[in-house]
Amino acid sequence: MKHIISALVENKPGVLAQVAGMFAARAFNIDSLVVGRTEDPKLSRMTIVVVGDDRVVEQVRKQLAKVVPVVKVQDFAGEPVVARDLMLISISAPPEKRPEILSLIEMFKGKVVDIGPKFIMVEVSGPEAKIEAFINACKPYGIKNVARTGTIAMPRQAKTEP
Amino acid sequence: MMSKPHSSADSAASTDQSSIKTGAQIIVDTLIEQGVDTIFGYPGGVVLPLFDRLYDAPINFIIPRHEQGACHMADAYARASGKVGVVVATSGPGACNLVTGLATANMDSVPVVALTGQVRTELIGNDAFQEADTTGVTRPVTKYNCIVKDVKELARLIKEAFYIASTGRPGPVLIDLPVDIQVNKTSTDVSAKLELPGYRVRTKGHAKQISIAAEAINKSKQPVLYVGGGVISANASEELRALAQKANLPVTTTLLGLGSYDQSRPESLDMLGMHGTAYANYAVQECDLLIAVGARFDDRVTGKLETFAPNAKIIHIDIDPASISKNVHVDIPVVGDAKLILAELVKEVKPHPRKRWFSKIAEWKEKFPLRYDKDSSTVKPQYVIEELCRQTKGRAIITTGVGQNQMWAAQFYRFSIPRQLISSGGLGTMGYGLPAAVGAQVARPDATVIDIDGDHSFNMTMTELRTAVEHKLPIKVCILNNGYMGMVRQWQELFYNKRYSKSYLSNPDYATVARALGAVGETCERPADVPKVIKAMLAEKRPCVVDFRIEREENVWPMVAAGKSLNEMDGLDILERLI
Repeated sequence: MKHIISALVENKPGVLAQVAGMFAARAFNIDSLVVGRTEDPKLSRMTIVVVGDDRVVEQVRKQLAKVVPVVKVQDFAGEPVVARDLMLISISAPPEKRPEILSLIEMFKGKVVDIGPKFIMVEVSGPEAKIEAFINACKPYGIKNVARTGTIAMPRQAKTEP
Repeated sequence: MMSKPHSSADSAASTDQSSIKTGAQIIVDTLIEQGVDTIFGYPGGVVLPLFDRLYDAPINFIIPRHEQGACHMADAYARASGKVGVVVATSGPGACNLVTGLATANMDSVPVVALTGQVRTELIGNDAFQEADTTGVTRPVTKYNCIVKDVKELARLIKEAFYIASTGRPGPVLIDLPVDIQVNKTSTDVSAKLELPGYRVRTKGHAKQISIAAEAINKSKQPVLYVGGGVISANASEELRALAQKANLPVTTTLLGLGSYDQSRPESLDMLGMHGTAYANYAVQECDLLIAVGARFDDRVTGKLETFAPNAKIIHIDIDPASISKNVHVDIPVVGDAKLILAELVKEVKPHPRKRWFSKIAEWKEKFPLRYDKDSSTVKPQYVIEELCRQTKGRAIITTGVGQNQMWAAQFYRFSIPRQLISSGGLGTMGYGLPAAVGAQVARPDATVIDIDGDHSFNMTMTELRTAVEHKLPIKVCILNNGYMGMVRQWQELFYNKRYSKSYLSNPDYATVARALGAVGETCERPADVPKVIKAMLAEKRPCVVDFRIEREENVWPMVAAGKSLNEMDGLDILERLI
């Protein structure tokens, strides 16, 4: 099962290596890992998507908490969360195909961020499943490049989507 | 014209000049403030500023022949004294040579602080002379490490290193010190506060969990206490004794737990695991409650996990939350300091005779004691150790190599005092015994320190004998010399059809080597000579090496082969035939 683990870490050199190294040394599999600053300049947030059974993920959580510069660890499994990926995707878009590609982008609430003679670059964000669905939908036109952030997440206050 | 803003640099400059120190001075002052009076280390280019400050510092400095030796010495110093061991090395090769020692300390949870030199800050990443990515290399084998980038942070980082190394589940911490940091000056005072928002240690056990554990103990008909090195590092032996004796609990220990409980007590089951006693292994397999304290369910202890203690509810008392349910599912976890938790537990447990359980254990003890052939015409390693134990009244500090020598030492020396056995358990580092004896003797100058070693273990670090000679450390080295890597050979005999592939080397004459290095060297080839050779060795005031030419193909029994259950021991029939 996929678990989204959120770790608040000290914002200092070497922390990413310590966390990534722990994962490698203990043979835990990382699906994605995102690091970014927070509102506190001393802290960064790592959002790590891990695949494993409950016992493995429990170990991941504990071993992560043991890494000295890791301040707080949360496993969002079983909690209502907002989880989002961001993707930039470059799609082959010859002029005759553009209307249908644009309506596809519209359906996915994507945004065209660059247009060239042969390709258009689109920005899409959302839950991972939506990103995957958009990639699949674009495949028939030809995909040149994909760049994805990996998942970031935050627990919801409200228990249902607004 | 704008007025110059009042900067913090100005206020720093205005402070008393006498409080301005170089990084090297800050390091030495902080070490002394942390109570350090002994350092093991080896100089080199980029630690010269630090070594210059150490030239007239009030610190006992032990120089090994190899940085690996220094690291093992610092580790054994820590194990023998309960203090933090300190090791210093230069950059590149010096730091890389610490790796085995750090990994050894890390696996066995030993508090060590390593200080390594590093090339000048602006050269880092340029493949400079003697540059290695030390924090990168040592990260997986330390509890924590960091590189100092600003001399103002130096005092704080060193204090944090000592705090992290010695609290919680102890372990090695490395601080990498670029040479310019050692030279730069700052007025930052040494009283800097720790900044460790991510480091918390839970010491007090959860009261409710302790009550649940006590209730389980009170209800249990067939309990076993399974004790690891954590009880020794928590200085909790007295609390352990009180618990075992009040509640009437049989006690088995891991290799690193030896010394935490007096083995002469009737409730002692001695060591469990791969080469543990049959009575300990049977008791664990048949117990209805296993109370693990400061132990981590290592594969050498549990054997096949699926069939380990199959009928037991498991209580696990440990300071490291990540140890709980890592290998074996735990029913009643209690996270915290073993000393505090055991003291609470003692109050809540009730006396319980458990007559049937103890009579069953007595039967196993009667039927399957550890044995060896006492009528042999060759020197039996077990005999050497029994004789050592007898003549030292079981009170010597024992260090070991790794392999058969280590297992025989664990089986045949009778331990009763915490910090008495100093052995590389988790990592199994051959070559540990001799430098460990040096470190232990430095920590305990008045103790009898004996390295029970194997010939091939001794080969790996024997150069450190000269360190003992130079520092007048009267360590005793007993080489159980069978001319083989004995445990490798034993496995090849049992599992590889006696194909002794590369498991022997030609050895030097150790007595001659010892004498060349300035120590006393003896050889013992006949069983009849063992007592007097040991007597002479123990009377010797100089470092002393005795080369015991032992039975070449002696095996360690019993043995739980890798992947077998604890009750599936090989060699019990061989032991029974020895009656």
